[in-house]
Amino acid sequence: MVMASKTTVLVIGGGSTGCGIVRDLAMRGIDATLVERGNLTHGTTGRMHGLLHSGGRYAVSDQASARECIEENRVLREIAGHCVEMTGGYFVKRPEDDEAYFQEKLEGCHACDIPADVVSRKELRTDEPYLARDVEKAIRVPDGAIDPFRLCVANAADAEANGARIETHAPVTDVLVEGDRVVGVEVEHDSGPGKRVHRTPGTTEEIRAEYVVNATGAWAGRIGDMAGVDVEVRPSKGVMTIMNVRQVDSVINRCRPKGDADIIVPHETTAILGTTDEEVSDPDDYPEERWEVDLMIDTLSELVPILQEARTIRSFWGVRPLYEPPGTGTTDPTDITRDFFLLDHQERDDLEGFTSIVGGKFTTYRMMAETITDHVCEQLGVSEPCRTAEVALPGSEDLGSLDDHMDSFGLRSPIARRSGQRLGSRAAAVLSGSDPNPVVCDCEAVTRAEVRDAIDGSGSDLNAVRIRTRASMGNCQGGFCCHRLAHELSPRYEEDVVREAWDELVEERWKGERHALWGEQLSQAALNDALWATTMNMDTDPARTGVDVDFAAFDAGEYGFESEGSSGVAADGGTRGDQ
Amino acid sequence: MAISDDVLVIGGGLAGMTAAIAAARGGARVRLLSHKASTLRNASGLIDVLGTDPGGHGPLADPFDGLDALPQEHPYSVLGEQAIREGLALFDDLLGDRYLGAHTDRNALVPTHGGTVKPTARYPAATAPGLASFGTETLLVGFESVTDFDAPLAAAHLETAGVPFEVRGVTLPFPGEFRADARVTRMAHALDEDREVRADGPATGTRATLADRVADHLDGAERVGFPALLGDEHGEEVREELADRLGAEVFEVPMGPPSLPGLRLEDALEAALHEEGVRVESGNPVVGYEGDDRVETVTVERVHREVPYGAEQVILATGGLVGKGIRSSRSGVREPIFGCHVPQPEDRYDWFSDGVFDDQPYARFGLRIDEGCRPLDDREGVEFENLRAVGAVCGGYDSAREKSASGVSLATATVAGRRAAECL
Ligand SMILES: Cc1cc2nc3c(=O)[nH]c(=O)nc-3n(C[C@H](O)[C@H](O)[C@H](O)COP(=O)(O)OP(=O)(O)OC[C@H]3O[C@@H](n4cnc5c(N)ncnc54)[C@H](O)[C@@H]3O)c2cc1C
Ligand SMILES: Cc1cc2nc3c(=O)[nH]c(=O)nc-3n(C[C@H](O)[C@H](O)[C@H](O)COP(=O)(O)OP(=O)(O)OC[C@H]3O[C@@H](n4cnc5c(N)ncnc54)[C@H](O)[C@@H]3O)c2cc1C
Repeated sequence: MVMASKTTVLVIGGGSTGCGIVRDLAMRGIDATLVERGNLTHGTTGRMHGLLHSGGRYAVSDQASARECIEENRVLREIAGHCVEMTGGYFVKRPEDDEAYFQEKLEGCHACDIPADVVSRKELRTDEPYLARDVEKAIRVPDGAIDPFRLCVANAADAEANGARIETHAPVTDVLVEGDRVVGVEVEHDSGPGKRVHRTPGTTEEIRAEYVVNATGAWAGRIGDMAGVDVEVRPSKGVMTIMNVRQVDSVINRCRPKGDADIIVPHETTAILGTTDEEVSDPDDYPEERWEVDLMIDTLSELVPILQEARTIRSFWGVRPLYEPPGTGTTDPTDITRDFFLLDHQERDDLEGFTSIVGGKFTTYRMMAETITDHVCEQLGVSEPCRTAEVALPGSEDLGSLDDHMDSFGLRSPIARRSGQRLGSRAAAVLSGSDPNPVVCDCEAVTRAEVRDAIDGSGSDLNAVRIRTRASMGNCQGGFCCHRLAHELSPRYEEDVVREAWDELVEERWKGERHALWGEQLSQAALNDALWATTMNMDTDPARTGVDVDFAAFDAGEYGFESEGSSGVAADGGTRGDQ
Repeated sequence: MAISDDVLVIGGGLAGMTAAIAAARGGARVRLLSHKASTLRNASGLIDVLGTDPGGHGPLADPFDGLDALPQEHPYSVLGEQAIREGLALFDDLLGDRYLGAHTDRNALVPTHGGTVKPTARYPAATAPGLASFGTETLLVGFESVTDFDAPLAAAHLETAGVPFEVRGVTLPFPGEFRADARVTRMAHALDEDREVRADGPATGTRATLADRVADHLDGAERVGFPALLGDEHGEEVREELADRLGAEVFEVPMGPPSLPGLRLEDALEAALHEEGVRVESGNPVVGYEGDDRVETVTVERVHREVPYGAEQVILATGGLVGKGIRSSRSGVREPIFGCHVPQPEDRYDWFSDGVFDDQPYARFGLRIDEGCRPLDDREGVEFENLRAVGAVCGGYDSAREKSASGVSLATATVAGRRAAECL
């Protein structure tokens, strides 16, 4: 069955860029639709480091980017307060690191308006006691941590509130071109349309649009191919390794020109080590290797020695959507600019109604979205101004009064505090939605109300619930809560839907945990295995394997508990086996 | 002078406790040293022997039918069928009528809190009326704040699994005032004490109130299953009263941590240890040993000093990756106290498979043993002439996929305990 629909602007890609664009369009009164092949943040946005850049990292090499970063850093603190933790950051110098570069970094920060001051070893180690004893000094900058999931969901939710349509699990399979104009796309709904519900039959939909924006990041070349134009993205992978506790409370950067494994970002209860930079040919299929994880631990323990012995809970990889204009010919991906590019295919390729946006950073997503939206508005003759820098995202309005609300939900205070941080100004509305409101995920202190609110927003997809709530993302990696999360889908969804969503979550959790399988985390994996396979028998569950069980062949109990005929199966495995 | 005993057991899980009892029954003076609580509070309390055929999809109706297909390094292959029977006999004797299943070799199918059935060899009396192998209309009851069990969903799941009876589920509020995230142990104690609750009318006991709430949903069901929280110390009494009031059989569905059936089993075994005169010391880890071909003493780490404990025979029952009897780092897997050989792939990326429920090499990590349960070195010689290994510290088997955890613990424990006593 092919459905057909119309929209004014169609945005492809539900990463930070696409979500930012669709919100901006909707706020300017334009009828917009966003289609994403997986969950929101399925691409690079859900697999990045979560650093809200101060700009310090680019203060020497790329000052234009550095300026944009500090500007947007300030904006996001205002409009997305519930997604940001202003941890502060340091550029730390070890004895072997170059003093001249340290000075250059400091001057660069000042030149770009990034507040920066030098901190002595003593002060530094008071703030961050786990730093190596021989670090010399550091430059303090306003780096922060930002939750990409929450941010994208908030952008999408606000876009919907302003009339936009958001379709996840809806990959674009073709770009419709008529003459020299792009007139829409064809998407393949996994299930639905609408929110994802497992086992709902899929459909194909033709969405016609006056304008199409390709915001598919590392995958932009593929969408380009569908439209018959070249978009030369150079995907480059990077690893991130998650520690089970925060060894540091501020962002720790190594103060040297460039290099792998030079940053630690504290995130919620964890600290994340990163990263590498290696060009790959296919953004969907690249090796995830042991040396990359080892490199994170071994190199970053030069800054924070206890990392050597610490517990990691998983590792994951993301691919940067790096772009350079044709003919630049940079060989080392770390030298490719982090700037973003707006490729108007009419100017470039004589193809109307179609623009791609590539490159850039998460931190500057809003600014990128504004640039694109301005461009689209110009094409459409819309003169409405951008307001995304002033209007707070849902969850970030009026954060001041938040604490007052939290006591009223009968939640123990650390749980209430965590919920409040995640939900921001929505906390009161969400937490009053369930009575009783037990904790579903202990590691991350996520309650039933929060889980159900996420299900309202994302259908039966537990990975979407996970990224909205952080449930199953802590130490136990879902060992104690995957089934509880599945239970929350019932009775709204049927058993087969629940089971499929549950299995998908379990596999997803395992995928990242595989890269942390030694020490405590291997013990955790063995415990999870016992809970899932031994206690629950998920692995040889007849409902899952489809094996027909001869129930009558099994022990029916010592008392010969009589079946009083209700379904008539008499079965006493009985004494036949006894000798 | 070092403290000295005939047999020293290191580790207080299922394997260590039964090995200590087996040795004591063989006439030995036994001391058991345990660092932390056993893993039983996490365990379902079921006693699995072998639930799936190797490589098959199970469930296996008769565990003894599956033995021939096990690999030769499997503890069952090394020790033989008789060891399993001996282990089960000891268990049956220790637990008496608190556990059932001894009347047959067959596995029973027990409903799990994940909504399916699982094959097991011995099950608590509280679970017995719930066996899935016969057709009796069943009502499952869950509680609003107990997130580990969703009764309507479990019922639907059991039907998909093909159980030969009708099963429905209902979710009810648990009687009384509890914090939203109260542990199941609190509810169990409320039932134990039959605490008064005030609903609408006059105050009644927790049990009567619960029965009242369930009765409305009974609708012809002949048995009613609850998550395993029906009392702790007075479980039997609680079940009987509920059954009386409901006019239906009442059973428990085994649950995850904190698992009351596991804790009850632990209590029962601790009482048995006491009865057999085993001296138990817990709270301090064993960190090393003295000796060469024989273990002369093991070293216990106390707050400010290390204390040697001597023994003729030593039984290592420190558990596997979960119990920390087997440890690992990025560079390898080891047995930390005696440094016994642990076969393992060199590259840690060969320790796991890509699908979570695929065969997992890490699940087989542990010591190889000879027919007297003595750990073997990398050339198949015994590591120490007087050291034996039991339970999850042994390797070469995959307790989760096979459903064989407690069976291996019991078989190894009885053989090691008996042999240790014989060698005195
Ligand atoms: C290792 C690493 C660490 C990083 N750390 C940081 C950091 O700390 N701070 C920072 O500011 N930036 C960081 N970045 C950069 C930042 O993550 C990216 O620039 C940003 O997330 C890109 O967002 P995007 O929306 O453009 O792309 P994406 O998030 O990749 O979004 C594109 C979306 O398009 C979808 N898509 C693809 N094909 C189709 C199709 N056919 N139909 C429908 N949808 C489709 C994808 O599923 C994807 O969700 C990091 C990047 C990497 C790789
Ligand atoms: C989640 C879970 C579910 C389970 N479900 C089932 C089931 O359904 N059916 C079934 O048959 N079995 C089940 N089991 C398995 C069973 O409960 C036992 O774990 C298993 O038989 C292994 O027991 P063990 O005594 O060898 O090890 P453990 O129970 O791990 O005991 C090891 C003991 O050694 C101690 N120890 C470790 N190192 C030291 C040291 N250095 N010094 C002193 N003491 C030390 C530990 O503190 C602990 O007390 C389950 C286990 C788990 C974890």
